[in-house]
Amino acid sequence: MSSTFEPVILGFLCNWCAYAGGDLAGVSRLQYPTNMRAVRVMCSGMVHPDLVIDAFGQGADGVIIMG
Amino acid sequence: MNIQLHTLSEVTGFNGRPGHFTVTVQKHPRYIDMDKCIACGLCAEKCPKKVPDEFNMGLNKRKAAYIKYGQAVPLKYVIDGQACIYLTRGKCRACEKFCPTGAINFEDKGETVQLQVGSVILAPGYKPFDPTGWDFYGYGQISDVVTSLEYERLLSAGGPHMGHLVRPSDETEPRSVAWIQCVGSRNTNNCDNGYCSSVCCMYAIKQTLITAEHAGAHSIQQTVFYMDMRSPGKEFERYYENAKTRGIRFLRSRPHTILPGPGGNGVCMRYVTEDGAVHDENFDMAVLSVGLAPAPESRQLAATFGIDLDPYGFAQSANLSPVNSSRAGVFVTGAFQAPKAIPRSVTQASAAAAAAAEALHAVRGTLTRRKSYPVEINVHGQAPRIGVFVCSCGINIAGVVDVKAVAEHARTLPHVVLVENNLFTCSVDTQDQIAARVREHQLNRIVIAACTPRTHEPLFQDTLREAGLNGYLIEMANIRNQNSWVHQREPAAATAKAKDQVRMAVAKAALADPLETLTVQVDPKALVIGGGVAGLTAALGLAEQGYATVLLEKSAQLGGNARRIAFTAKGEAVQPWLEHLVAQVRNHPAIEVLTEARMKTAQGSVGHFVSDIDVNGHVRTIHYGAAVLATGAAESCPNEYLYGQDERVLTQLALDRRFDTDPDAFAGDGSIAFIQCVGSRDAQRPYCSRICCTHTMRSAIALRERHPHINVYVLFRDIRTYGKREALYQRARELGVVFIRYTRDRKPHVTADADSLSVACTDPILQMPLVLKVDHLVLAAAIEPNATEELVSIYKCGINADGFLNEAHPKLRPVDLAVDGLFVCGMANYPQPIEESLAQAQAAVARACVLLSQQEMQLDAIKSMVTDRCDGCALCLDVCPYRAIRLVEAVGQNGSTTRRVATDPALCKGCGLCAATCPKGGIFVQGFTPDQLRAQVTAALQVVNE
Repeated sequence: MSSTFEPVILGFLCNWCAYAGGDLAGVSRLQYPTNMRAVRVMCSGMVHPDLVIDAFGQGADGVIIMG
Repeated sequence: MNIQLHTLSEVTGFNGRPGHFTVTVQKHPRYIDMDKCIACGLCAEKCPKKVPDEFNMGLNKRKAAYIKYGQAVPLKYVIDGQACIYLTRGKCRACEKFCPTGAINFEDKGETVQLQVGSVILAPGYKPFDPTGWDFYGYGQISDVVTSLEYERLLSAGGPHMGHLVRPSDETEPRSVAWIQCVGSRNTNNCDNGYCSSVCCMYAIKQTLITAEHAGAHSIQQTVFYMDMRSPGKEFERYYENAKTRGIRFLRSRPHTILPGPGGNGVCMRYVTEDGAVHDENFDMAVLSVGLAPAPESRQLAATFGIDLDPYGFAQSANLSPVNSSRAGVFVTGAFQAPKAIPRSVTQASAAAAAAAEALHAVRGTLTRRKSYPVEINVHGQAPRIGVFVCSCGINIAGVVDVKAVAEHARTLPHVVLVENNLFTCSVDTQDQIAARVREHQLNRIVIAACTPRTHEPLFQDTLREAGLNGYLIEMANIRNQNSWVHQREPAAATAKAKDQVRMAVAKAALADPLETLTVQVDPKALVIGGGVAGLTAALGLAEQGYATVLLEKSAQLGGNARRIAFTAKGEAVQPWLEHLVAQVRNHPAIEVLTEARMKTAQGSVGHFVSDIDVNGHVRTIHYGAAVLATGAAESCPNEYLYGQDERVLTQLALDRRFDTDPDAFAGDGSIAFIQCVGSRDAQRPYCSRICCTHTMRSAIALRERHPHINVYVLFRDIRTYGKREALYQRARELGVVFIRYTRDRKPHVTADADSLSVACTDPILQMPLVLKVDHLVLAAAIEPNATEELVSIYKCGINADGFLNEAHPKLRPVDLAVDGLFVCGMANYPQPIEESLAQAQAAVARACVLLSQQEMQLDAIKSMVTDRCDGCALCLDVCPYRAIRLVEAVGQNGSTTRRVATDPALCKGCGLCAATCPKGGIFVQGFTPDQLRAQVTAALQVVNE
């Protein structure tokens, strides 16, 4: 068994801020772990609570909503 | 498509006449082909030459091949010819070897081009004042003395220490920081900058608050040494008060010497407080709040264009035509015209655009280009046939992510019928190839695994449309910016992530539907509400641009406050100008003036509003595409200092009226006092009224010039003659006007007897109580907004806590209201002098014309959509920030009533708050449907469940 736990994190990123920030992190070559999978949304307010429950139900270790 | 950027260029020649200018432009070599550069940064990585990074004020190094900063536009690299080893010494060419697209071109010689233009706008900006050589502040000698711009870079996440605040001498975190204001501003002793730079007080406060955020658990002691705190902008005073409550120390003192601190680190500052005591205090760092100075190159630019500069070197412009230079057809804007902060610069830029466009409106649209597309293939109901294009981006992606493995994975995914790997998916030949593949393989959904949709989705949407597909049938997987660039040391994990990203994109694309971009017919007519100078200027501007305009004024007369103003701050006579402006508006064939008119209702949205207007008892209906709100503000009625009880106590406008009608009305006076901030900057109105200090200076100067025997006193809290208005403060002092400061908790006390008024106060210099016997007392009464409750509830636009109409964004959209199609200008937005109201009015014209000049307005298709599952519970109505949702009732065939929400696509911004609120899937956002989002979640988590 692996000794290090690698969580699977689902991210909902607002197109106008967090997603743009993610892009800028790329341009700036800021390095960060690979654990998050990003879903682009038009506003963090768009994320329905059901979607978060859904993500946990399907095995996500964490959900991050950035906006 | 209709903006051409000439970077690295300078104007070397200019001639012609308005409408027909020829501009000669010298384009300096970039040594990098802009069409080929993909901004991968390999050239900079491989470049061996390091030079000081001027964007970070030389605090760190950049390469000779570089971009100025991450958000640069255009995002294309450049080779610094002065630093490049090959260009200076003939050897190296490392960048050329590594550039994956062959973009390096050392043969680039630059070129000279001639441009034919009708109008010109000059916006060369400013240079921060350089305090080098001011040995008393130790700048350049004591390493912990930095300029405010250097400090700004130290605080910035993009700065030399990535936002970790350390002082230069030993790179430790400072525990105490001091700011010195007015370095290179309000100074005619060490330099020739007699003006106030307008922005330094606010940026210093901002820096203190950001510093406090950086401090985390350790508090940092912060002190601002100042002469007058100047926060005369919208919400600025609250910001300043907030900083005070957060423990920032504001000390009214001008330190005269900075010496090295103990052990050679930090600084020791010597200063004198108002009680005359001398203090020596150590700080870990000192920040010099440097002013805005005209750039040396601006002089050359002004000479080339043949325009006048003022004595400081800023562009000369009249207050009654704030963006016109001294040469017709050439307009000036921004800090080149006068020191100003971002909101005013952005506003003035729009004003200059309006002025430049007005001169050319007869030929509008004759040179603009438009693209046409083939008829769209109807893919509705077709099973998805997805083409996946995986980009290597040279080695930008392929250097980290195993793109072949990603492509192989894509082939296994449902609905995928074609997968290709391209060196550069965005290149012109690949675009053609994609269009060909769409036709060959009847692809009806496209997934591009490459860079970010924020920059490249429009390009690929265009490719799809050229291939006859709906532009919304594309989905991008961001495997560069959010993968290979940020996981450079983890190729295996990055490849796994890229596979997940592609799988998510495919899952979403499979559920994509063609979306229709909505078009709104635009009524090319405008409504202006308010007949003061802002409203008059807006109406005239709109009419001059060719749009029928209705001007609505609640009183019987046009002109507003300006009718009571004799001169601008620059001494230009207002009345003849106003008379001419009113006549122009009254006689303009495209303007209809409705006086004694009030708005009753407003229906519709951007592009097509309908309103009922009550004109002197008669109601009429008007249609318009855009409206400008210029409802103004007015001098308030003071309730202190014996105002209304003793007729020797006047407001500023009352003084003007008497002095303007009879310049000798006060000839018999021995003394006159002014009290500033009457009703401003207090609990009831916690804002600065912006214009009163300048107004008092003009009155005091006029009185002293006319009657040198009258003693003039000004009781003030902070003198806020921002920008070039500082010259008036200086002139008043030269004329012997006596300035006495008071504080909010120790206000002057006024009593009256038959002979005179007595103003009791405390002189902070003498530290003694003082009683002034004066013949007249003039109160600088606060400016308060005119009532707008009715309009606000009709249009559902917002006001701030003080009652001023709120702009959509103070910097990005300073004259737009949050409701599309509505604009604001003049004192309805905030108290301001004529020149600023005029610039705002012209800006509102420019913004409204962007709308009105389109016959049909194209709206993005990402909008909310109501489904059959909506049962009219209306929970979404309250959460919609754009008020785009309303409840409608319909009577069915069996006579039963059903309730449903309906959305207005012109108002909807596609944020989806409604979708997240709806408990039953009754409303969603197109392009981001619940099914699509769920599919992405499932696809992302597939690995966990395998």
